Amino acid sequence: MKQEQAFWRQLVLRIPYLWLLAFFLVPFLIVLKISLSQTAIAQPPYTPVLDAAAGWHGLAALFAGLSLDNYVLLGSDPLYLLSCLKSVEIAAFATLLLLVIGYPLAYGIARTPRRWQAVLVLLTVLPFWTSLLIRIYAWMNILQRDGPLNDVLVAFSIVKEPPVWLSTDTAIYIGIVYSYLPFMVLPLYATLEKLDESLLEAAADLGCPRWKIFWLVTLPLSSSGVLAGVLLCFIPIVGEFVIPDLLGGSQSPMIGQTIWMEFFGNKDWPAASAVAVVLVCLLVTPIVVYQNQAMRVAERE
Amino acid sequence: MTKRFGSAAVVDHLSLDIYEGEFFALLGPSGCGKTTLLRLIAGFERPGAGRILLDGIDLAPVPAYRRPVNMMFQSYALFPHLNVEANVAFGLKQEGLPAREIAHRVADMLALVKLESFGCRKPHQLSGGQRQRVALARSLVKRPRVLLLDEPMASLDKKLRGETQFELMGLQRKLGLTFIIVTHDQSEAMTVADRIGVMDRGRLVQVAPAAEIYERPNCRWVADFVGDVNLFHGRLGDDGLTVEGTVGGRLCVAAKPDAEPGTMVWVAVRPEKIRISREPPLPGLDNCVAGTVADIGYLGDNSIYKMRLRDGSQVRAAIANIGGPAERPVSFDEQVWLNWPAEAAIVLMR
Repeated sequence: MKQEQAFWRQLVLRIPYLWLLAFFLVPFLIVLKISLSQTAIAQPPYTPVLDAAAGWHGLAALFAGLSLDNYVLLGSDPLYLLSCLKSVEIAAFATLLLLVIGYPLAYGIARTPRRWQAVLVLLTVLPFWTSLLIRIYAWMNILQRDGPLNDVLVAFSIVKEPPVWLSTDTAIYIGIVYSYLPFMVLPLYATLEKLDESLLEAAADLGCPRWKIFWLVTLPLSSSGVLAGVLLCFIPIVGEFVIPDLLGGSQSPMIGQTIWMEFFGNKDWPAASAVAVVLVCLLVTPIVVYQNQAMRVAERE
Repeated sequence: MTKRFGSAAVVDHLSLDIYEGEFFALLGPSGCGKTTLLRLIAGFERPGAGRILLDGIDLAPVPAYRRPVNMMFQSYALFPHLNVEANVAFGLKQEGLPAREIAHRVADMLALVKLESFGCRKPHQLSGGQRQRVALARSLVKRPRVLLLDEPMASLDKKLRGETQFELMGLQRKLGLTFIIVTHDQSEAMTVADRIGVMDRGRLVQVAPAAEIYERPNCRWVADFVGDVNLFHGRLGDDGLTVEGTVGGRLCVAAKPDAEPGTMVWVAVRPEKIRISREPPLPGLDNCVAGTVADIGYLGDNSIYKMRLRDGSQVRAAIANIGGPAERPVSFDEQVWLNWPAEAAIVLMR
């Protein structure tokens, strides 16, 4: 009886791992395998393919056919490195912008009377009720040469000549900051809302002016929310495809666009997979380093 | 001074002088405005009308962070991301003192509250009592002109609270600072404070030393709020020393009250001043009331006897349990006589 209970408990505890195994690790291994293959005009468009009928022999042949050629290609062609850098650059600046805009917003929501907070949080996530694609198309409309934004700018004589917005990095930043703002605001709000107001009063009581209270008390105590918001925004922005594809130009693509191009433009699945693998490693490494760091801090305490 | 939240006056036309070096307690039920008064002094709230003067200087234009007063919060409000030393040093750092002096004063203060070896701990690694002492050290280290304590012992257990009260008194005497404590616990206020201000609905009802509040309350509300009391309603006699027409008959008081003969007054008698006897009183003995024992509450150090009088009203008497349990003077439903000296009776006009 006891043993049976233990068995079920183990099973329930393992289910999340099974999930990760089935929907993260296995697909990742498949992509990894494709990245080590060569492109071919076939179905699927790469070799070698596992020949299950040949048994162990087939598996050995598969491993013999793998090579690191695609990774060498990534190193030799600056296109990949550039699009990688471009993605990280856009993600970093956009995350910073999101933090600068999202923090005051979250702080404001957390400091309004409680009965209004739920409404404001709802308003923050309200854009999610419309498809991202539709909202980005709306931005394309707004940012057009004779679109509403330029109409307003010209009408108030802020600019003489209507500037070009579409197909620029500015448009990418506008689209990304607009789309990801809720991902920054929600974790920040969650930590700021829990912040004990008497701590702020205590700091004031001990001789701390308002701006300094923010640096010495509010910000350190909301650091977990800042980190969560930064990770939630930075990681998906690096791999973002739709927004730069619709709003940005084609001269320097982000890494998501490069992967898309390899897959659908060049039909080069192995090269696209190699880029994807590099991207995953690029994003996972800082998270693992951070986790280790956090773990060590927790242990020390 | 008056402070309103919406239309309700939380602090209502209140006027109070607190002397330098005094340990003053604001005592009152929850919601009486005592904490708001403290927050007004600290500068977290602004008075709607009136002024707060410290050494003759109006504090109104001085923001909270520049006031020479410090507050110890009911929740302690220790910074969870800083260790004990950094918490205590926080206020000194804001003054821009040299690091060596800060370290010196923090060490002194931690020694004073007996937390020398806990400097590197974070607040969540401390017990409730230790946290309370860190909060005290943090608010004292800046040597404020006035220290404000908001229910400082509310979250300590009873035994620790008793010890801490005496430690707090010792600390106040040693440092010679002005302490203002807010509490709803009358025994706490009476233990620590030189003077007590009893508050009700935003007003100060009585301001006096503990003994005076207890022995000579100025109204029924104070008599009832501070300690337990029996009240007899009656008419003040012609000589001013008797009250007639009460359920206990004619009651005598020792001192002439400040009221016209013939006015309706209350006679207040504390339960512990009442004696119970089985024998009928000698004729001519004053302040004697007959009743039956309705209830006995055994509290260990003393017992509360509830007596029903002829008209159905109840009188409580507290008798110290000096002897063993076998020596209880009376038991349930017994006919007894209550008696108290004339000095024990207080006449209240309102």
